[in-house]
Amino acid sequence: MSYQISLGQKSWQFNDLKSLLAKASPLRSGDCLAGVAALDEQERVAAQLALADVPLKTFLNELVIPYEADEISRLIIDRHDALAFAPIAHLTVGDFRNWLLSEQASTAMLARIAPGVTPEMAAAVSKIMRLQDLVLVASKCQVVTRFRNTIGLPGRMSTRLQPNHPTDDPAGVAASVLDGLLYGSGDAVIGINPASDNTEAVITLMKMLDDVIQHYDIPTQSCVLTHVTTHIEAINRGAPVDLIFQSIAGTEKANDSFGINLALLKEAYAAGQTLGRGSVGQNCMYFETGQGSALSADANFGLDQQTCETRAYAVAREFKPLLVNTVVGFIGPEYLYNGKQIIRAGLEDHFCGKLMGVPMGCDICYTNHAEADQDDMDALLTLFAAAGGSFIMGIPGSDDIMLNYQTTSFHDALYARELLGLKPAPEFEAWLQTIGIFDQQNHLAYGNQSLPAPFEHVIRGGH
Amino acid sequence: MADKPDTILVENPWQTLREYTDARIGLGRAGISLPTRAHLEFQLAHARARDAVHLPLGFVQLQQDLEQVLAQAGLPGPVLKLASQADGRPQYLQRPDYGRQLSSSSQEALTQWMADSPPAAFDIAVVVADGLSSLAVQRHAAPMLDCLLTSLADTSLKVGPVVMVEQGRVAIGDPIGETLKARMLVMLIGERPGLSSPDSLGIYFTWEPASGKHDANRNCISNVRHEGLRYEEATHKLMYLLLEADRRALSGVALKDESDNGQPSLASKSGNLLLKTPNT
Repeated sequence: MSYQISLGQKSWQFNDLKSLLAKASPLRSGDCLAGVAALDEQERVAAQLALADVPLKTFLNELVIPYEADEISRLIIDRHDALAFAPIAHLTVGDFRNWLLSEQASTAMLARIAPGVTPEMAAAVSKIMRLQDLVLVASKCQVVTRFRNTIGLPGRMSTRLQPNHPTDDPAGVAASVLDGLLYGSGDAVIGINPASDNTEAVITLMKMLDDVIQHYDIPTQSCVLTHVTTHIEAINRGAPVDLIFQSIAGTEKANDSFGINLALLKEAYAAGQTLGRGSVGQNCMYFETGQGSALSADANFGLDQQTCETRAYAVAREFKPLLVNTVVGFIGPEYLYNGKQIIRAGLEDHFCGKLMGVPMGCDICYTNHAEADQDDMDALLTLFAAAGGSFIMGIPGSDDIMLNYQTTSFHDALYARELLGLKPAPEFEAWLQTIGIFDQQNHLAYGNQSLPAPFEHVIRGGH
Repeated sequence: MADKPDTILVENPWQTLREYTDARIGLGRAGISLPTRAHLEFQLAHARARDAVHLPLGFVQLQQDLEQVLAQAGLPGPVLKLASQADGRPQYLQRPDYGRQLSSSSQEALTQWMADSPPAAFDIAVVVADGLSSLAVQRHAAPMLDCLLTSLADTSLKVGPVVMVEQGRVAIGDPIGETLKARMLVMLIGERPGLSSPDSLGIYFTWEPASGKHDANRNCISNVRHEGLRYEEATHKLMYLLLEADRRALSGVALKDESDNGQPSLASKSGNLLLKTPNT
């Protein structure tokens, strides 16, 4: 079905729903690269006006990728919860924005409708929202998940401690873990991107992180971010696997390029559940996503990159993850060119994820060939934290020496927490206070040239 | 300027653990924020990486350097200069597809050059492209080629034309190698700069380059720079690929680099520092 709109002397026609969604997307380089972006600013707003008049029900009938052609389209339709959808079933996309901003859309109501919101509905409404809308509505959404601690409670923001090292050197990894813990980081996960995907090397890192968590009795979980099949193999070999990681995308073909499908994720999820290593819950999956991944796999089917991205959240929520992380600025300037595009994409992803009931965090990051810098990251971090983002990354001095990009530092997390009064996950907060890293007001408890007693031996032993 | 430890600044004693990692650990804090010095050191590293991406490659100087290296090896060259379809850095960064194609005038010029002055029989064409770090190419391309030519002198493999490309991506070597009818292609290209590695050179090797080849058809040697992989080490790896490809007529995933089997692991003797027991 095509969509028309006339404004003054000019009129526009959009051939189908996916073209309307693409043309309504705020400007980003990846949609230009894909050849799906609006040709000019007026066409973009015309598409947004036309999109605002589309009933939400249309998204259940006109699929952007055919049901027969894509297992994620089938997942979206087969799993759609009509009862949850009922309170918003009569709305258009434009009405939906108004409703989300209204007092009717309480935290409880937003949780109730989440299983009735499809990725395309979330993407559509986000395209006609300003940053402040994305922040305000997301801040009303609450998605709480549990493994050895509780992520996503109001007034809390967690951090992934990311102790990457170019050669997976145990001492080098340990030095970054220590740095992170002593700055109060690591409640979302202590998660390493390994340099090697060799199963034995991965298991060595898994054991190392597990040893640290057990030795210091830290209420958190570990993850080595390797392929899901390597996790399954590690579980079979008896490795201490807390969270199972996988990068996911929003089309079957893109996931195929990652070497995964829904059946494989189901197998991995089942393997994690049988371990039962969580203490306060069993959300055992950790997914990463990012706008542009489908196009880079030549698997976007004429969709804009943000709509593709939201479809990945349908995959994520099927497996009740502890954490979903949009790695927003890693992919490079051919998808998100500058700080403005990265900031908007991060807030869109967080909003759409939360609206769909996904525990959304954000790797607030950039590469050195993007038109972005630390000021842009500060802006996104501040907005993301204000929007109630579930977690961010934490890395020594923002410099990932293994992946060669810049993400948020341990200091950055403390900034956001201090500015907005945000606390870590409650179980981790109690541990930080008990072990002497934080005081009762959650300020760093140790002073110049000192460190908490349980860690003193690390330095003395080294020299 | 240096930050002075006093009542304002908190220093972290575990900065001594920097002997185990290049990560920016133990930076200390002013309140909960980065101390001025650590903040500005980061800004300087980012500025270097940004300049590596955006400062244009000095092709005149590069051509002189490359010609000198060729002359020392007794090779005639020539050194040609071509351009991709990308019109300037902003377009190059947003349209990787343009960076993989020769501009129409460059394609015509190369075809014409082949018709007018076909090179004597050779095995290896060398393409040098700015890629994402002009600094890497300016600094390392000529000495890297010099090191390679020294090793090749002991073999029967001959180097033919050397082609410089402005605003080039890796895959632009394919149409160039195809037009030159090269058996093998060695591409030297500036890699995406890291915060602490703005001058990292990448080397890509392709057997029988032709338009439409995929990444799986190429072999990559990464991180060539003084603090990373040294010229001699990179040449050792590249020579393995060249000689194996010459023998087996292939490149890419089917040609695994086994030149460094048995190399000792970099894993340190110290292990997991966090599990050290007191007084050990």
